[in-house]
Amino acid sequence: MKSGAIGDDARSIPHLLARNVARHGDKPAYREKEFGIWQSWTWAQAAEEIDAFALGLLELGAQVGDHIAITGRNRPALYWAMVAAQKIGCIPVPLYQDAAVEEIAYALDHAGARFAVVGDQEMVDKLIDAQAGNMTLKHVIYVDGRGLRRYDHTAMSSFADAQAAGRASTRRAEMEALTQARTLDDTCVMLYTSGTTGRPKGVVLSNRNVIATSRNSAEFDRLRAGDEVLAYLPMAWVGDFIFSIGQAMWTGFCVNCPESPDTMLTDLREIGPTYFFAPPRVFENQLTTVMIRMEDAGRIKKAMFDHYMALARRVGPDLLDRKPVGLLDRLRYRLGDLLVYGPLKNTLGLSRVRVGYTAGEAIGPEIFDFYRSLGINLKQLYGQTEATVFITQQPDGEVRSDTVGVPSPGVELRIDDRGEVFYRSPGTFEAYYKNPESTASTKDPDGWVATGDAGFIEEGSGHLRIIDRAKDVGKMADGAMFAPKYVENKLKFYPNILEAVVFGAGRDRCVAFINIDLNAVGNWAERNNIAYSSYQELSQHPRVLDQIEDHVNAVNASVAQDPMLAACQIHRFLVLHKELDADDGEMTRTRKVRRAVVGDKFNDLVTALYDGSDTIATETEVTYEDGRKGKLRATLDIRDAVVVNTARMAAE
Amino acid sequence: MKDTVDSYVTDDGRTIGGVMMDMRGITLRFGGVEAIKDISFDIREGEIRAIIGPNGAGKSSMLNVISGFYHPQEGEVWFRGEKRPPMKPYQVARQGIARTFQNIALFEGMSVLDNIMTGRLTHMKSGMLAQALWMGKAEREETENREAVERIIDFLEIQAIRKTPVSRLPYGLKKRVELARALAAEPKLLLLDEPMAGMNVEEKEDMSRYILDVNDEFGTTVALIEHDMGVVMDISDRVVVMDYGRKIGDGTPSEVRNNQDVIDAYLGVAHD
Repeated sequence: MKSGAIGDDARSIPHLLARNVARHGDKPAYREKEFGIWQSWTWAQAAEEIDAFALGLLELGAQVGDHIAITGRNRPALYWAMVAAQKIGCIPVPLYQDAAVEEIAYALDHAGARFAVVGDQEMVDKLIDAQAGNMTLKHVIYVDGRGLRRYDHTAMSSFADAQAAGRASTRRAEMEALTQARTLDDTCVMLYTSGTTGRPKGVVLSNRNVIATSRNSAEFDRLRAGDEVLAYLPMAWVGDFIFSIGQAMWTGFCVNCPESPDTMLTDLREIGPTYFFAPPRVFENQLTTVMIRMEDAGRIKKAMFDHYMALARRVGPDLLDRKPVGLLDRLRYRLGDLLVYGPLKNTLGLSRVRVGYTAGEAIGPEIFDFYRSLGINLKQLYGQTEATVFITQQPDGEVRSDTVGVPSPGVELRIDDRGEVFYRSPGTFEAYYKNPESTASTKDPDGWVATGDAGFIEEGSGHLRIIDRAKDVGKMADGAMFAPKYVENKLKFYPNILEAVVFGAGRDRCVAFINIDLNAVGNWAERNNIAYSSYQELSQHPRVLDQIEDHVNAVNASVAQDPMLAACQIHRFLVLHKELDADDGEMTRTRKVRRAVVGDKFNDLVTALYDGSDTIATETEVTYEDGRKGKLRATLDIRDAVVVNTARMAAE
Repeated sequence: MKDTVDSYVTDDGRTIGGVMMDMRGITLRFGGVEAIKDISFDIREGEIRAIIGPNGAGKSSMLNVISGFYHPQEGEVWFRGEKRPPMKPYQVARQGIARTFQNIALFEGMSVLDNIMTGRLTHMKSGMLAQALWMGKAEREETENREAVERIIDFLEIQAIRKTPVSRLPYGLKKRVELARALAAEPKLLLLDEPMAGMNVEEKEDMSRYILDVNDEFGTTVALIEHDMGVVMDISDRVVVMDYGRKIGDGTPSEVRNNQDVIDAYLGVAHD
């Protein structure tokens, strides 16, 4: 593997852009489906668009070091805006487009953003609301002008107008000089971490961080020009920045933007990416959809599907890992590919995937194996914003559902005596913006960063296994280890269960909240003629509770296998009457449960789980999408689960 | 009266121009029933004009007079400075007037795209033979029309259902498709018969947004009938109030809201 110094011609993203224009000038760089047709831009055309916008920013008064907030759905124009900002020495700050107004206001204020480039009217309205207090924004630029005609345009203009001003500008030499002045140590981007606790922090990543990491990871998976990705994950997420800008610029592959968020699956099918990333949730949803549709399929089709899926589960992963497989099985798999796997992969839009990744949360082994058995090279990686994504990843041929792989190229790994994972790498972030205390407490003087996750390195394979968030790993009253995430993930692997929250730190036993998955359970209810009028009613249906109880019992049996974690078995549980939601503060925007918030908010339910009551009446405040609040009243059943007595098992 | 001034300023500060459609002394009878009694009002270029009133006030009949479906026994309809002779609805459509219906009237078995394409009918000039063989002018026309339709699909954000048969869509989306089909005709005047009927709050907000955006983006004049007072007061520039076939009020939402006749007849009499 090539490593070492980064060339002078690759010291910033704009430099990589120039390199791509020289190498692949007439190859597609960006595509976006609009008006029903995939519109595309070559590297040369993209560079022209970026130059025009960079000059437009200069004309609007942007200065070196300015922070430029960027938010909206994935569109080429917004990616260009980021590179254009870098060209003139500004720092792009992508923000989550579904963030609440207060969150956006905080980031704008914290970053001191003077310019914002946004997708559409909805985002303009959010900015206006966010700026109600004090106006730090000097100018707002929007891509889609619909509904904005009557707005005051003194401090606002369209992307096209800014580009037109740029094309007419005479400051091209000035712009080129600014680009040439970029160095590897300049800030490349600032990303706000959603943070499971406290205020979001602005993670400052340098050109060195981004370019070294992009190069290493691209070489690890042999990514190259000609690869295709679908850019559909939030632009404010570090992963999208690395995949759609870092790696795309390093290798020169093509970034495809969907027509709208609702058409993502159709667009995926039309593009057929060769390099694909999705959080486990996307794979789960796709699998659930396939399974639901197979339930409705004819008898012959269903029998064929079941037969060949059984074969695929047996030999598919081995074939993918190039392990020896008998000739007959190879032939049967080939036939299965013709009849089932091929058409299925095509429907899923995954026919051409050469490298697929999932990360962010643990993925269920059944889900993971399903995709691998079809011959899709789905792998896991472990990373975080502060590491410029990559900490560990799975090499081809060493893929398992319960590890997150070996250290990525250039990454050093260390586990401390409390089990917390530390890393040091070329991607290790520079600092948290305007927050030296947090920087110091996260990154030590030698450059080691605490991940906040507890894990261990497996003997033999050298793969990292993550148990839980380090701060969530606690002790129970009797001193036994309490790893809630470990149990929750096991529960969430059942399609019926969307979320689970386990409590037990400092207590004598564990209890759990469960969220049912409305899609899966709703479909089951329909097939079994079970009528329900609301999520709440369905969640408390005795037959639903029976099913969940079975799942909890099965998880208990599985947890009991591991002596270290046997105490984490669930004694009592209830099914929540509402879905945990980011709008109510119960989850982060990336859909991670905020344990403390949930524990506080549903304190009465936790108490009831421990005091032995059979039912509990509760009232919950909910926030609707438009910000209004309402109240939910419900009476919840509490059930006991079967707990395997490990002490007795050991004695026998 | 409004008829005597050339322009007026809306509640949100825009200036609205000249008269597009002028209804003068319209009376419409069905046998012995007088659905509309001697009503005069105008619709101006670029405004959003609402017609409100209790059930049976004659609102839909009025819309049908504007669209040329009903021919009033008395009175005159003036469109852009010319008196309109009795016309067939398709002739009215050619003049640049399109409408949606209170009860959705789409082709249920056809896709959303095909439904919207039918709205382009008035823009297709090539002959039947050329269309059947898909040659020359027909091919070019189809491409142009598809492009126009795609812009509307993008505008109303229905890309995800482009190829879905209309019968599989929920009610709110069907309403949006109907609006799309009306827009496909590139109308100068858009008539909407209860565009929000039967919608939930969120769907109503979306639809209001689209109506405002259509008016804003394409400069389309809109005349609509609506029952939801909140929506009417929010989005319209001027409101005509009807009761038992008579006009009892006419003006900007703020004027109408303070008109004692309207308050008494429609919004309810205050009991002290």
